[in-house]
Amino acid sequence: MTLYLIRRLFQALLVMLAMSLIVFIGVYGIGDPVEILISPDADQAERTRAIAALGLDLPLWRQYGVFLLRALQGDLGRSFVYNEPALQLIMQRMPATLELAIGATVMAIVIGLPLGLYAGLKPESIGGKTIMAGSILGFSLPSFWVGLMLIMVFAVQLGWLPSTGRGTTVEILGGRWSFLTHDGLAHIIMPAMNLALFKISLVIRLTRAGVREAMLMDYVKFARAKGLTNARVIFVHVFKNILIPVVTVTGLEFGSTIAFSVVTESIFAWPGMGKLIIDSINVLDRPVIVAYLMMIVFMFIIINLVVDLTYTVLDPRVRLESKAT
Amino acid sequence: MKNVKTAALAAMSLVCMSGLAQAQRTADQMVMAVGAPITSLDPHYHQLSPNNAVSDAIFDKLVNTDAKARQIPGLALSWTAVAPTVWEFKLRPNVTFQNGNAFAAEDVVFTIERLPNVPNSPSSYAAYARPIVRMEIVDPLTIRFHTREPYPLLPLDMTNVRILDKETAEGASTEDFNALKVAIGTGPYRPTAYRNGDRIEFTRNPTYWGPRPDFDRVTYRMITNDASRLASLLSGDVDSIDQVPTTDVARLRADPRVQLAEIVGLRLIFLGLDRLRGANENSPFITDNEGKPLGRNPLSDLRVRRALSMAIDRQAIVDRVMEGAATPAGQFLPPGTYSHVPDVTATAYDPDGAKRLLAEAGYPNGFRIQLNGPNDRYINDSRVIQAIGQMWTRVGIRTAVEAQTWATFVGRAARSEYSAFLIGWGSNPDGSHPLRNILATVSREQGRGASNRGSYSNPQVDSLLDQALAELDEAKREQLEIQAQRIAAEDVAVIPLHIQTNIWATRQGYLHEPRADELTRPQDVHRTPAR
Repeated sequence: MTLYLIRRLFQALLVMLAMSLIVFIGVYGIGDPVEILISPDADQAERTRAIAALGLDLPLWRQYGVFLLRALQGDLGRSFVYNEPALQLIMQRMPATLELAIGATVMAIVIGLPLGLYAGLKPESIGGKTIMAGSILGFSLPSFWVGLMLIMVFAVQLGWLPSTGRGTTVEILGGRWSFLTHDGLAHIIMPAMNLALFKISLVIRLTRAGVREAMLMDYVKFARAKGLTNARVIFVHVFKNILIPVVTVTGLEFGSTIAFSVVTESIFAWPGMGKLIIDSINVLDRPVIVAYLMMIVFMFIIINLVVDLTYTVLDPRVRLESKAT
Repeated sequence: MKNVKTAALAAMSLVCMSGLAQAQRTADQMVMAVGAPITSLDPHYHQLSPNNAVSDAIFDKLVNTDAKARQIPGLALSWTAVAPTVWEFKLRPNVTFQNGNAFAAEDVVFTIERLPNVPNSPSSYAAYARPIVRMEIVDPLTIRFHTREPYPLLPLDMTNVRILDKETAEGASTEDFNALKVAIGTGPYRPTAYRNGDRIEFTRNPTYWGPRPDFDRVTYRMITNDASRLASLLSGDVDSIDQVPTTDVARLRADPRVQLAEIVGLRLIFLGLDRLRGANENSPFITDNEGKPLGRNPLSDLRVRRALSMAIDRQAIVDRVMEGAATPAGQFLPPGTYSHVPDVTATAYDPDGAKRLLAEAGYPNGFRIQLNGPNDRYINDSRVIQAIGQMWTRVGIRTAVEAQTWATFVGRAARSEYSAFLIGWGSNPDGSHPLRNILATVSREQGRGASNRGSYSNPQVDSLLDQALAELDEAKREQLEIQAQRIAAEDVAVIPLHIQTNIWATRQGYLHEPRADELTRPQDVHRTPAR
């Protein structure tokens, strides 16, 4: 087990290193941050000063060397734009994204699982068919369009929910969280729903497929024959078996929600990390892009690890040691 | 059944909540949303319009500018050149900073000295301190700036420098400003909260020396998505927005809930032309009709440049692409601005004349060219170059169009990699500004032509600019700048297209006083009696 964890962490470091190198070269290839950040009426002397101030006067390999040396000391560089440590900048934005991602994932499970279960148990019923048809919509509608429609209907036409932005926040554990206030909850509903729509559909489909497959299995027939109640058959025997794919996908989806909720955050003016990364890419704020992507890589590796560990709980046949080889 | 009840309850409580949210905003409170993010509250950290707009709420300058960008007294009441190299500024008495400290000449000295010394600045204000060799405090309310050479632009420079309180800001870092510890000025509003990328909260400064702003509290939100910003306005969550998308302007004009405020701006959209390559060199994106190198650069021929300009139907671009939110232009500055050239107007659309000129220049069948431009920088930028591509093709110049993201485009433009490219320039209201940066011969030593990406060079323009920059008599200087700009226009140094119109939208009951310099400042939003 310990060996397995060490191996996984070592892998994480290697991937992060590769990622930082790719981003360094990639940003260098796209363009020159100084040309974007500098005021158009800056003269040549000012441009030279800015290039030196941002450390861009060194050859690329030396810039990367400086970055690596500092990174070993836990310093991922300062944002070119905000003049704040990149990591600190990302951490400031993290609570906003986390609560959005958690809200969306909770919605996906709370809404998706029961609907998927229903559609799996009664595939031929009108309800079951409606749910499946609805899930196609959830898959195929582009999220920027759904987001704007949500705003148009619930904020502009009906006036029930605030259109954009994050509500009142309270400070807990050094972060600012909005889900604990009324105003904050009202603000989070629409963006979370927008993010959740795709995930709900995904969970519905996975659950339905799993249920339909499991219902034909011998152990279900035996359980029935044994005289167990329908509820016990479904919620204990069937459910446990269909959860593995659902957990895997939900876990990975959670990761990608945190990392890439760019569209939703832009449309709802949600001050999270996705908004930060897209703004940073637009102005080639390299320290932030590098730090962000390295953190995302790390997060995905952790999530995969957690998913693997959950398997062993759900299915005792899965052994981590064998997977590690 | 129970579920239905819960849902109904939830919906009702939502209605109540949003009702509450509406009620919480009282008459003395206003929410505005801007399309461009602010990167810092340090007024000397990042020379960027959105930052300058916020700084203008908190700080004052010696010389302020009015909505039409004309110079008006700010923290200085008057300014005169008492000697060729000495400017004297009389300061406004009885002004206090938001923390109660009195404003005096030593604060000005401190501020100017800080400009070149802001660490890690990606675009500093140091250029405004550079001409000054020495500052002399005559008395607490009189300051003299000694310059190396006669420097007529000093008052203009001072419209960009926001004055700090020496006692508060001494040794302060950019982070101290962002943490609001030292973000203290003499302006109409004081910041009370700053959330990076999200919002800034302001409270009215009760001791402000100027006209009392209309609102006690202002929330300044950053909503970068155009559609969302507009939706926030229509839903009543915000009272005023800037950068109204041109595609929505017609609809909003008819909407009784909304009021638009417009003004002709100072940003010219124009085409830069490759002049780095001489008459007998190949320009990177120009070939003959078979796609083979031409062996010469047609853009070095005045007749070709004229033809390219005449082939563009500017009025059609303004009407169809810009939906009326621009004015066709033939020079950098709009009418009514200092050193606007009165007799230079937008080139008239004349496709037949263009064909004749091309034939005269030896291109009766035209040539091939690629027109480059950004697609995320200026209003409808990529659609404008598409339209021009079609117009040029119509007169025989087969044009390919390539639009790229600004991050990629601007670097290549700076390296003079394009033959023809669309770009914009937001002018200070003074002809020397575009002359020095775009039309003057590129010179590192003189700091000229830094944005002259086509490498245009004309000794006549340069010498007139030299004279203008040494001329302290405003009327004489204006004539010199007009002359220089006229020569550049006749020589088609660049192909001017249009000057953008700046548009703000407010809910009924509010009015945003539009500014030519594009700044969206809290003090410019006013309350109006509802219709």
